[in-house]
Amino acid sequence: MTDTPPPGARNATPPAGAARPSGQEGGAPGSEQKLWIERIPAGWWALAIVLLFMPAVANNFWLFQVFGWTFILGMIALSLMFLAGYGGMVSLIQMSVAAMGGYMVAILGPSGVETISLGLPWWLNIPLAILIAAVFATLVGALAVRTEGIYTIMITLAIASAFFYFTRQNYGIFNGYTGFNLVVPPMLFGVDWRQPVAFYYLSLGLAVLCYAAVVYVSRTPFGLALQGVRDNPRRMAALGFNVTAHRIAAYTFAGAIAAIGGILLVWQNSQIAPGTAGLPAVFDILVIAVVGGLRRPSGAFIGALIYVLLRTFSPDVLTAFELSNERFKLLIGLGFLVVVFFSPDGMLGLYDRWKANRGRRDPLTGKERE
Amino acid sequence: MDGARETGAVTAARAGIAGATTGAALELRGVTKMFGALAAISDVTMTVRPGERRAVLGSNGAGKTTLFNCVTGDFLPTSGTIRLFGEDVSAFPAHERIRRGLRRTYQISLLFTGLSVADNVYLACRGVSRGRFSLLRPRKGDPLLTRSLELVEAVHLTPHRDQLVSELSYGQQRQLEIALALAGAPRFILFDEPAAGLSPTERRELVAILTGLPSHMGFVIIEHDMDVALRVAESVTMMHNGRVFKEGTPAEIENDAEVQELYLGGGHHG
Ligand SMILES: Nc1ncnc2c1ncn2[C@@H]1O[C@H](COP(=O)(O)OP(=O)(O)OP(=O)(O)O)[C@@H](O)[C@H]1O
Ligand SMILES: [Mg+2]
Repeated sequence: MTDTPPPGARNATPPAGAARPSGQEGGAPGSEQKLWIERIPAGWWALAIVLLFMPAVANNFWLFQVFGWTFILGMIALSLMFLAGYGGMVSLIQMSVAAMGGYMVAILGPSGVETISLGLPWWLNIPLAILIAAVFATLVGALAVRTEGIYTIMITLAIASAFFYFTRQNYGIFNGYTGFNLVVPPMLFGVDWRQPVAFYYLSLGLAVLCYAAVVYVSRTPFGLALQGVRDNPRRMAALGFNVTAHRIAAYTFAGAIAAIGGILLVWQNSQIAPGTAGLPAVFDILVIAVVGGLRRPSGAFIGALIYVLLRTFSPDVLTAFELSNERFKLLIGLGFLVVVFFSPDGMLGLYDRWKANRGRRDPLTGKERE
Repeated sequence: MDGARETGAVTAARAGIAGATTGAALELRGVTKMFGALAAISDVTMTVRPGERRAVLGSNGAGKTTLFNCVTGDFLPTSGTIRLFGEDVSAFPAHERIRRGLRRTYQISLLFTGLSVADNVYLACRGVSRGRFSLLRPRKGDPLLTRSLELVEAVHLTPHRDQLVSELSYGQQRQLEIALALAGAPRFILFDEPAAGLSPTERRELVAILTGLPSHMGFVIIEHDMDVALRVAESVTMMHNGRVFKEGTPAEIENDAEVQELYLGGGHHG
């Protein structure tokens, strides 16, 4: 999964120090000569085949718990990657937006809490849930985009914790501490989408869709302008762009992606409660995105896989060393420290440097060529 | 190209109605900008006709760049009014002024270093046309793409069009600065020391680009290099300590005793 850059990344090894994603290609937009399908490197085809045939080899636990969860967290982290990598805005609201999407399917659609849930059909409640979450993200964006750097982090963190406490105390809409149970995906095409194999394909499909959307958008006028705003907001204004509006729109787009992840998360757990968007979960998304690398969209999923593997298997490792399995957080924290210390641009940065190094070394002597 | 022209024409027509009242491309009245207690420019009054080419001279810290920043809306002036083609734009944000046909270059290049040359120019073309928020990739033959490649060619950067801006030489970055200001359908351009740091050959190219601009395209150029400034400009404004000190034709300014003492005599040639 870590071995190939995203499709079309011709300059997959940015010069050292160019830690920012620059869309997919060095070429002018639209100047590609080859068909898009021909530009997908072999590694991606291999990955696609592995992912498609995974259910033939992996058991239900791996499909549902490990991969399903990876795709979901990857999507939420992807929404942060979009804002931070392309827009230069580090937002801590993405988990709350995801939870808003999740809450909304529970509230608008059917759930075990019949006194609150409206029971709208899926074709109405799912789009509405995404819409409401995107509006929420837009409002947060409108507040946050006038700030920079650490202040953006602080203001989104403040709103994220307000959201957590609000959902815990509000019983009229969010059902307080209890939240909602029995929130399941609709029985579409006669398939129970919570069955491990079906859920695996559902979350894989949506993750691929979100990933492709981000890759595609990064080369559209909107995506390019967002990268322009990241590199140089003052110049963007001097070119006729409304910088504030562009930043807010980025929150909307990222919000829709986070909402899809949030809805899947609710379906996977079949329930949602305030803790879904508690502060630990909020920080986990940041850790995932940073560990994976904010340079390209694939980083979000790499980070998510590492996180899910650590969370799933560290209790076993810890008990083997006769430590309390509650200590997995310590492991994750240490892992985060190590990655940030050795590679501030995450696993993607490590990979890019390794590849650049390999290209520079003489294959015979192993010495650097330069 | 049609898209860009069309929006340009629409804006032009819209502003043209208002512009009829004064007929000036740019009109500053009593513009003052304070930085704390420092008046970077004070009480600047100045009128530039459409199509006029004006040089602004003045020693370091005279307030020339600050003047540009006030005109484009990078900073809001502390007091005074700014009219662009007759329309009072004093309270407008920068992007609204740009959409009305104003353009500028920066003394210290402000480019998108993480993007390619072609992408930089494409953004400049996109900024003054519709579809800034478009979620569709430009197709082959997109008029804005064609136009941006023409601009890349106009500043002799075609061999570097796919390179990241951070990999360009200083001179190439200065050329790109100019390409960004020529995007869309500019009606009036502010050049902030475009020749600074260029080689003699690059300077000649720059003069060729400036003199080759269509005659309806007025501009103001800040330039320490008198050879460049006096060759492209038909009128000159001298600034000193944030104030307009003298205005006149290049010949008048060059032969003015006070100016000679203050500026040329000081041996300052940037
Ligand atoms: N953002 C700012 N904050 C504070 N002071 C400023 C700022 N910009 C400019 N100044 C001050 O305003 C005065 C005018 O500066 P300005 O940059 O306009 O001069 P200039 O004529 O462009 O000079 P140069 O020839 O060096 O480019 C200077 O004293 C400068 O220090
Ligand atoms: Mg200056």
